[in-house]
Amino acid sequence: MTEMNDAVAVGRPVAETKKRGGERKPSNGKGRRNLEIFILSAPAIILFCCFVILPIILGAYYGFYQWKGFGTPSENGKFVGLQNYIVALKDPNFQQAILHTFEIVIGSLVIQGPLAILFALLLNQKFKGRGLIRTLIFVPYVVSEVIVGTGWSLLLQKKGAVNQILESLGMHGVDWLANPKVAIWTLLLLISWKYIGFAVILMLAGMQSIPEELYEAAKVDGAGFWQIQKSITLPLLAPTLRIWVFLSMIGSLQLFDLVYIIWGQYVSTTAGVSTMATYMVREGRGAGNYGYGSAVALIIFVISLIVALTYQHFVLNRDLDGALTDKKAFKKRKKRQTAEDEALAVAMEGVK
Amino acid sequence: MSAATAYSKKNSFHKSSKTPWGNPIVYFFSLVLVAICVVPVLYIIFGGFRTNAQITNNPAGLPNPWVISNYKEVITSDVFWTELVNSLIVGICTMIGVVVLGIMVSYVIARYKFRYSTLMYALFSAGLMFPMTVGITPLYLMIRNLGLSNSLAGIILPQIAFGLPQTIIILVPFLQSIPMELEEACLLDGCSRLGFFWRMVIPLSMPGVATTGILTFVGSWNGYMLPLFVLSDESKYTLPLGVQMFSSQHSVDTARVLAFTSLAMLPALICFTIFQKKIVGGLTGAVKG
Repeated sequence: MTEMNDAVAVGRPVAETKKRGGERKPSNGKGRRNLEIFILSAPAIILFCCFVILPIILGAYYGFYQWKGFGTPSENGKFVGLQNYIVALKDPNFQQAILHTFEIVIGSLVIQGPLAILFALLLNQKFKGRGLIRTLIFVPYVVSEVIVGTGWSLLLQKKGAVNQILESLGMHGVDWLANPKVAIWTLLLLISWKYIGFAVILMLAGMQSIPEELYEAAKVDGAGFWQIQKSITLPLLAPTLRIWVFLSMIGSLQLFDLVYIIWGQYVSTTAGVSTMATYMVREGRGAGNYGYGSAVALIIFVISLIVALTYQHFVLNRDLDGALTDKKAFKKRKKRQTAEDEALAVAMEGVK
Repeated sequence: MSAATAYSKKNSFHKSSKTPWGNPIVYFFSLVLVAICVVPVLYIIFGGFRTNAQITNNPAGLPNPWVISNYKEVITSDVFWTELVNSLIVGICTMIGVVVLGIMVSYVIARYKFRYSTLMYALFSAGLMFPMTVGITPLYLMIRNLGLSNSLAGIILPQIAFGLPQTIIILVPFLQSIPMELEEACLLDGCSRLGFFWRMVIPLSMPGVATTGILTFVGSWNGYMLPLFVLSDESKYTLPLGVQMFSSQHSVDTARVLAFTSLAMLPALICFTIFQKKIVGGLTGAVKG
């Protein structure tokens, strides 16, 4: 189909140019243009399909086999149908891991959200030195997970610095890492520490896009500081907040590095902090069961996708329902979608 | 030039000549926040200047006296430099690959009007939904089958692929904002579309390129999962793997682990501090839409 169209286009370049009257570029040959498009975009598309899309498709295929990763699954493995998926979903360890993951998803939102808004409000005040402060709160976000893990696991040891400080203040130290009742809270605290800087910067950016005039008008009307924040800042911050929630959820669902580094692959289960991803790595590559690991990966993918799509459907596009037929609204929606995509893009660095 | 000026406008955080001093409460809470964020990192850096005895006896104390032997040992060891060079190779190659491929395909999506441009954009933005975690097992098998396991190329190529979506999504609006008149003027002067790309688009999009490049570099520098899967030979290790190996090998020698760790985070921190205005500015622009 495409080839035919292209052939027609090459054969009748004049007609083609006429048809695309809106296009102002003087075209020096349709064929050359297509060649340019091809040369410029092919490397990226090939690489992207090869390393991003293909593994997911392959994973879905591997998931049906009991396979140790040598040769091809159909020759060296055994076709087991949906058994991998059934085993995984019935495994109490995986169920625990899913539970922990969702605890982390919700915990991060509840802890980081309000704090990030408060801190952003604070840093949105005009005062000297706030540029420096903004840089400094971004430090934990820039430091790698391995370093955060190594540093904090030293700080949080039974006889580590944190407990020493607590004891000097007259409180009892806690076994932060090994006690299964405490460990998940420790993890939540660490995640909040690592990623709150990002949330604050995102909220700040959102706040700075609120027009100054609104605040001035509110002040003239005699509104107090908190009243202004409640009736102007919060509602207008909603789009930013929605993006942040989305990013935070996707990130939490994929959480791997921090847990794997601090607790290792075996302790994480007993300490009650195993996540879906650590379970996948432990049972998949760790145990050499690549078929099973791929099945678990697909389950994680489907769970993430369901969460993402549900959220997008009910929250991100909520206030645009029924406006789809309106062309203006559609354009607006597209523009917003692009903006959301961009924010997503920048943030994926941390999520990866 | 307007693309560039618009960008720097978005970036202008500093209005320091006009900004007043804040009230003490604001400073108090800001300092608390900064302390929470920075103190653990400082603990790692200062810990490297202490001895193990100091750390065991008084975990929360400051170096007394300061010793530099830990840092000296790390700096003079081959392991650290090998891993640093590996990380640099991976980071720089990833950055260049992402930026070059990213700007090429973004130019096509932004400036060529053809049927599949929106489809291409949708394909890449869907890529944001697939973090590496989900595909890592088959990805590793594929890298192994390609004969790239245990080589730096086995990390660089997938990292470029996974870095493309965010780069494209940042760069496309950027390239779209370059005015049409500029392109027309350029074409009138006898430039080809590719010439326009080379002479005008690339210089004009430098700010956007810088943002994505730095983000990619820092992301690659901190990457852990992919090297963990792909690299098994210690001489190929990148710094995150090296830090982990070092800390399990020298688990008794806490001070040296801390010295190693703080040296490992330094390049990313420096890179970020130098360019933070660009990154934070890029974020602001992205959210504002």
